[in-house]
Amino acid sequence: MTFWERNQLKLAPFLFLAPAIFVFLVYVIYPIFDSIWVSFHEWNGMDKSGVRANGNPNWEFVGLKNYITLFTDDEEFYVSLFNNIRWLIFSLLAVPIGLALALFVNQRILGIRYIKSLFYFPFVINAVVIGVIFTWFYNPKYGILSYVLNFFGLDPIPMLADENLATYGIIIASFFPGIAYTMILYITGLTGVSREMVEAGRIDGASGFTMLWHVILPQLRPATLIAIVVTLVGALRAFDLIAVMTAGGPWGSSEVLAYKMYQEALFNFRMGYGAAIATILFIIMDIYIAWFLYRLFKNERSEK
Amino acid sequence: MKKLLTLVILFTSTIASAGTLVVNSNQSGEPSKSAFDAYVAAFSAAHPEVTVVVNEFEHEAYKTAIRNFLTAEAPDVAVWFAGNRMKFFVDQNLFQDVSDVWADAGLNDSMASTKGSLTVDGKQYGVPWGYYQWGVYYRKDLFDQLGLNAPRDWDEFKWVCAMLKKNGITPITIGTKFLWTAGGWFDYLNLRINGYQFHMDLTAGKVSYEDPRLDAVFDHWRELIDPGYFLEDHASFSWQDAQAPQINGEAAMYLIGNFYVPTFEAAGIGDQMDFFQFPTIYEGVGVAEDAPTDTMHIPSGAKNVEDAKKFLAFMSNKEAATNWAKMGGMLSPNKYADKPTNRFSIMGAKMLAAADDIAQFWDRDANPDMAGAAMEGFQEFMVKPDREDKIRARLEKERARIHGAL
Repeated sequence: MTFWERNQLKLAPFLFLAPAIFVFLVYVIYPIFDSIWVSFHEWNGMDKSGVRANGNPNWEFVGLKNYITLFTDDEEFYVSLFNNIRWLIFSLLAVPIGLALALFVNQRILGIRYIKSLFYFPFVINAVVIGVIFTWFYNPKYGILSYVLNFFGLDPIPMLADENLATYGIIIASFFPGIAYTMILYITGLTGVSREMVEAGRIDGASGFTMLWHVILPQLRPATLIAIVVTLVGALRAFDLIAVMTAGGPWGSSEVLAYKMYQEALFNFRMGYGAAIATILFIIMDIYIAWFLYRLFKNERSEK
Repeated sequence: MKKLLTLVILFTSTIASAGTLVVNSNQSGEPSKSAFDAYVAAFSAAHPEVTVVVNEFEHEAYKTAIRNFLTAEAPDVAVWFAGNRMKFFVDQNLFQDVSDVWADAGLNDSMASTKGSLTVDGKQYGVPWGYYQWGVYYRKDLFDQLGLNAPRDWDEFKWVCAMLKKNGITPITIGTKFLWTAGGWFDYLNLRINGYQFHMDLTAGKVSYEDPRLDAVFDHWRELIDPGYFLEDHASFSWQDAQAPQINGEAAMYLIGNFYVPTFEAAGIGDQMDFFQFPTIYEGVGVAEDAPTDTMHIPSGAKNVEDAKKFLAFMSNKEAATNWAKMGGMLSPNKYADKPTNRFSIMGAKMLAAADDIAQFWDRDANPDMAGAAMEGFQEFMVKPDREDKIRARLEKERARIHGAL
């Protein structure tokens, strides 16, 4: 037997995986380390051996300077960080709302299939389109929101032009696809709910909220976990809606870390500074993902 | 899309041989695209030995793409902007000196008016193909109803605003969502109050944002902000959104560039619209105007420099220069080009010919990160004028970081 014939079964999986691993290494792993390396430099994104107009080199090692500036000398960084936290907390509202909708459409009524697909529709639309629709919706001059408020005799609220409201305005827009997604997760989860348990609960006198809380929800735990994880990752990645709806404004008050990174690196020619923001965002996400993986493995082990 | 186009460039420039000219253009969207295509067609007719390959980019995406393609796979000609935007690439040695084209094609004479904005250390690094004026586009019909005339100085301007406001019309429409429209207001107030040289020193980072000479600029701005002369909630609107109130007859004036003309003509209010020059504030300050200039350059990495120079020199051709500018709604920098026929372009050409100095526009004159931070500050000032000191302190900190301590 040749070497190949002896080890074919062991080697074949790696051969099949090789292209994917190669692509993953080149386009995901390498850029992560490269970004961290760039974050210790001042770089304007041009030829690394070149010189700037003021005589400084394009590419210069500055150690931790970018991080020090971020934490001690950049108010906008804290605004972005705080906005990221607001995103993390408030976007979670999509989970209970999605559950409520799932319970609502999980009934045998004529035409409910169409209603289901209507509720799911926002998830299929591109985020940019959603951003544009909501921008029109909030338009303080011609938007529906101001018409409705006007009908009740209230002044229009300039959602996206108010430094305190802009982020909330965008988070509400993110609910539109977010709720649709959590709803689908729960609908799938509900089909797996054991009928016997519901019957048993009914015999024991549970109904309404008690039934939901003590019988249904525990069985939906896997769906809840995924819903929360996806929502939180979505919140940390928030970018497209911000770019479309406010471009980070008014005066930077709705920026999040991802948007600030893009702004600094691509528009302000500060690659190193942008990379430092990216690294911090990466660390924040890592902490969260580590916690999540830990939970996941623990759950799986206890199930076994 | 951008990636795809980059691939196209990589491909075309590797197969490019003598006789093939690769041109990267941001002239996407009408009418710019047909105007540019007409120039290319005219050039090809005059130089049948050259095959022109045009890579067209979306206008905004081009601004980031150019940094990649100039260093990675340079085309033979790149369309770009004059002023600091060009200087950045000149400093990086990414654009070639084309002074010989200026001399050989007689551009030193025919394009004398825009030569300064293409010159770094006495050498020219590009050829302009079009420019346009900024100014106040206003609803003549609303002015007539109230018996108002186009204001010539600051007091008249404020009086016009007050009268419009009193009659329930928003005096000035503006959409600051994407910031640069606020930069236009700052440009004009500073140019009219402190003059061109001070403005250029400021954009070059040589003057502090806390300089007392800027107090008057912000004070005058406040005279319009405090009484509510600007469109309410303007931070919600893009510059296009801000057209609606004027087209609907709810707002009277708009400080904007001449590129606005095709829109309001298409909206059917072309006859009701008129134009006036930004009013004088202090007597004795030279009249400077914003007139952004669009240009063509030869990247340092160009393979077919010989034909690229022909392409640039072709701007000395009167018909081609006239057509490109005219079809694109611009003014031709070639003084022998036929005079414009659109009345707003005619007014613009006259105004710019009489101007003492020409500025490029805030975000083309200033360093990119300074321009962005400053325009954010201007937007904030227009909504929260009480924060003036805080905003100026922040801008000064940013200026010191970018340009160094004074």
